[in-house]
Amino acid sequence: MNEESKKVLIEPLVDNNPITLQVLGICSALAVTSQLSTALIMSLALTSVTACSSAGIALIRNHIPSSVRIIAQMVIIASLVIVVDQLLKAFAYEISKQLSVFVGLIITNCIVMGRAEAYAMKNPPWESFLDGIGNGLGYSLILVTVATIRELLGSGKLLGIDVLPLVKDGGWYVPNGLLLLPPSAFFLIGLLIWAIRSWKTQQVEKADFVIATAHGEAH
Amino acid sequence: MPNAVNSTNVQGGDKFAALKEKARAYAERVLALPNDSFEKTVAVAVGLCLVGAVLVSGSAVALKPLQESNKSRDEKVNILEVAGLLVDGTGIDEAFKNIEPKIVELASGDYSDAVDPKTYDQRKAAKDPALSEAIPPEDDIAGIKRKPKYAKVYLVKENGQLKSVILPVSGYGLWSTMYGFMALEADGETVIGLNLYDQAETPGLGGEVVNPKWKALWKGKKVYNYSKTAVHESNLSEKGQTVEIGEVALGLVKGGVDPSKPGAEFQVDALAGATLTSRGVSNLIRYWMGKDGFGPYLAKVRAGRG
Repeated sequence: MNEESKKVLIEPLVDNNPITLQVLGICSALAVTSQLSTALIMSLALTSVTACSSAGIALIRNHIPSSVRIIAQMVIIASLVIVVDQLLKAFAYEISKQLSVFVGLIITNCIVMGRAEAYAMKNPPWESFLDGIGNGLGYSLILVTVATIRELLGSGKLLGIDVLPLVKDGGWYVPNGLLLLPPSAFFLIGLLIWAIRSWKTQQVEKADFVIATAHGEAH
Repeated sequence: MPNAVNSTNVQGGDKFAALKEKARAYAERVLALPNDSFEKTVAVAVGLCLVGAVLVSGSAVALKPLQESNKSRDEKVNILEVAGLLVDGTGIDEAFKNIEPKIVELASGDYSDAVDPKTYDQRKAAKDPALSEAIPPEDDIAGIKRKPKYAKVYLVKENGQLKSVILPVSGYGLWSTMYGFMALEADGETVIGLNLYDQAETPGLGGEVVNPKWKALWKGKKVYNYSKTAVHESNLSEKGQTVEIGEVALGLVKGGVDPSKPGAEFQVDALAGATLTSRGVSNLIRYWMGKDGFGPYLAKVRAGRG
């Protein structure tokens, strides 16, 4: 694997993570992370859609008229998302019922379109495919982390298996109901962004403006 | 004659080859055009749409049988589960042999042949003006707005003897309309189980209606308190016949059920942290077991006339 391939595959994991650095794809990250199983299937669906749509768009990138380029990308993305939705309904019926509309909403997930616009329109198919995989994995990493925390502390389970015995079943753990509600994912993602930016300080954004000193203060 | 047929065939083949050649020439010409020319824009857009359409319709058609079987299997599993018939080792279709779908006219509580039980879709019917009626807001305690005229019930029989009845119920919780089945014994009042299989309540709180431990609490509870009986006369198909419907006493209570107190047979623990979902469950039982729901039917089942 050459340098470029490695770079597009590894970089989105932490250094250029679509959720924590670019803050894209937040909607589904809030909605499907109350259980680990739905987060995993959602990650799989988004990664495959991003990879295939990027590859498809890269394949015809030199022939896409710029006036209809967004629509052209959307047609490819939407077709793939519907195929994924149909596949889930056929082969993972239970999970597809839980994910309900969120698979369909991958169409509007900014990560997929962001990669199409930012990378696939300018690069060859194989690199674009890897870029899609890389960004999908970056998204998955955050989703799985958030879902693990939410399911474990919110309902004492992981993948539906009891891990922390709950008080109401005779155990010792009092579950934190807040973690099962969508806002908790906001807090968790915020904390994750904080943690990552404390570790990788180059991700900290420069302030857009500096508050001027008040008049009359002598310096 | 064979010669003539042969020659048209050759001609047809030639035509096809010529068409292919033409299409290829056209594609090459269009691809060579500048990207923003009008013709290429239209051609690329149409081409992409065609490819997308083939992909989408192809997968939808190819996967349809699998999806349908998933759906019907899912429904059968839900029915078997609520009746406590879902035993490991027996096949679903095998277990389903003893279950007979029947159509009940809700207003009279009698069986009806008005629609075919095999194809009747009660949820669709509830939206169809011809097969349903609007519920007056003051009676609509379950928050379902319309009710079907006919309901699809399932009878579980053993050696020809009625063992239990499985009734479809629905009602609004906090976020969603909950759909489910309630199974009662042949006496028409003792609960076997309640399975709200289709809901979108808060996971971990109201979503705990699917928790097996909570579902197990329902077994053996009674629906009706016959010390408070109401005589129901309206809409009876057989003249001069009245049915007695007991007051629907079954519901959820906060703070836990004390089995030693009277009335415990009508009470089930409410869900912790889910007041509105619990209220929704109580209301859907009150509605569907009452005079507007399966009340008349269950009275007949109880009297052995069902």
